[in-house]
Amino acid sequence: MSRSPSSSIFRPPNGVDHKIIEQTTPIIQKLDRRKLLRGSLSIGALSMLTGCSVSDSDPVQAFLTAVSAFNDKVQEVIFRPGHLAPTYSEDQVVKPPRFNAFYNVEEVKPVDGKSWKLELAGLVDNKTPWTAEQIYGLPEQEMIIRHICVEGWDYIGQWSGVNLKQFLERIGADTKAKYIAFKCADGYSECLDMATALHPQTMLATKYAKEPIADPFGFPLRLRTATKLGFKNAKWITALEVTNQFPGTYYSKQGFNWFSGI
Amino acid sequence: MTDVIAVKSTERHRKLHPAALRVMHWINAFAMIILIGSGWKIYNDEVLFGWLHFPEWMVIGVWAQHALQWHFFAMWILMINGLCYLGYGIFTGRFRRKFFPIWPSAIIADIRDALHFRLAHDDIRHYNAVQKLLYTGIIAVIIVQVISGWVLWKPIQLSELTDLFYGFQNARLVHFIGMAAIVGFLIVHVALALLVPKTIGAMLTGGPPESVDDPTSPHANPAR
Repeated sequence: MSRSPSSSIFRPPNGVDHKIIEQTTPIIQKLDRRKLLRGSLSIGALSMLTGCSVSDSDPVQAFLTAVSAFNDKVQEVIFRPGHLAPTYSEDQVVKPPRFNAFYNVEEVKPVDGKSWKLELAGLVDNKTPWTAEQIYGLPEQEMIIRHICVEGWDYIGQWSGVNLKQFLERIGADTKAKYIAFKCADGYSECLDMATALHPQTMLATKYAKEPIADPFGFPLRLRTATKLGFKNAKWITALEVTNQFPGTYYSKQGFNWFSGI
Repeated sequence: MTDVIAVKSTERHRKLHPAALRVMHWINAFAMIILIGSGWKIYNDEVLFGWLHFPEWMVIGVWAQHALQWHFFAMWILMINGLCYLGYGIFTGRFRRKFFPIWPSAIIADIRDALHFRLAHDDIRHYNAVQKLLYTGIIAVIIVQVISGWVLWKPIQLSELTDLFYGFQNARLVHFIGMAAIVGFLIVHVALALLVPKTIGAMLTGGPPESVDDPTSPHANPAR
């Protein structure tokens, strides 16, 4: 995988060995099928844990999943809706941005902007799909913010697009609903809590460094929010749903924390 | 008057390590081991130093997400237990009795004795100056570790705190150095405990009664 330059002086010289990811993807999918991560807090799990069994057997995993759900709640409580993330100057912007996905950059399947549509579903008044032309014609917001990956790396990026709150108001979305779910052209799925969706620094991004977003980074439409870890920012979005039912997300099914606020 | 006598009597019979303290010690050890092992796994995904990867056999968590789950579980144990410990140490006067004062001259003298293998440890009830320094130092390191941990977990929500560390990556570095200090402490702590095994027994069963009449103790009076 090619890694774009990062401003971090701590970045390793040779990146991550992606053979390992290729080898492990089937195993992760198998874990997913076994629904290893499902379960709930129980005394049994607790007693196994205090037995110092440092394994990922099912009861322990069920317990950890319950703790992760508790951490979701904690993060919802400490989220500051009006608190703005720091912004940076244009000369700090890293070009191109750093790639992140659950596969290599060479495997990106570009989306055809001409036939692409954004489908709308759920608690929305006007479900008419949007074309790329229509979305690129909406009033733009720009923000230069830090992208922080769950792995620990970060870079400063310059994003433009339509503010998500304004877009939700435009389509008549029920902003009292709990979740905004996203489906992506590559099979990825993500979901934001409403408070984050309505944050002033959450947008449906169309441009990076004033140019239409390049294919590897989510053309024609991706999410960009300043208050979530990198992987929460869905790319190549094809559908948006406003819902009260938690839809599950690609990474939360694999055991990553759902809220993943920063 | 009777109150003072009653206090003196409990002082005389109190063990070196009261049960509450022993429980907190082992809970802390449990949480710390999980945090270190899972932290190493998390670190491996994006190393700070190209030459340093932690071998898989010594990390906790099969995949990064499991390590994150362990880490964000054990952090609560460490923080809650740590707050109980700090409250206990302050309000029972244990910190004052056991850790203070720490005189630089005493530290130098103890280091000299230790290098000549003369450092007395017959009476495990009294900490020498080096012990006092290490124990108070590791408490301070863990406090900083919790704060830098919060910055890494919530760099935007706590952006004011992130600024104190001069940014997210520097907070990572501080968190790493804190880990290294704790691991270093742990190695010395366990090695010395194994050299003087009765200290391990004391942390399991409570050890000898604490004496208030000992003239070497800085407080012959009930420390309340």
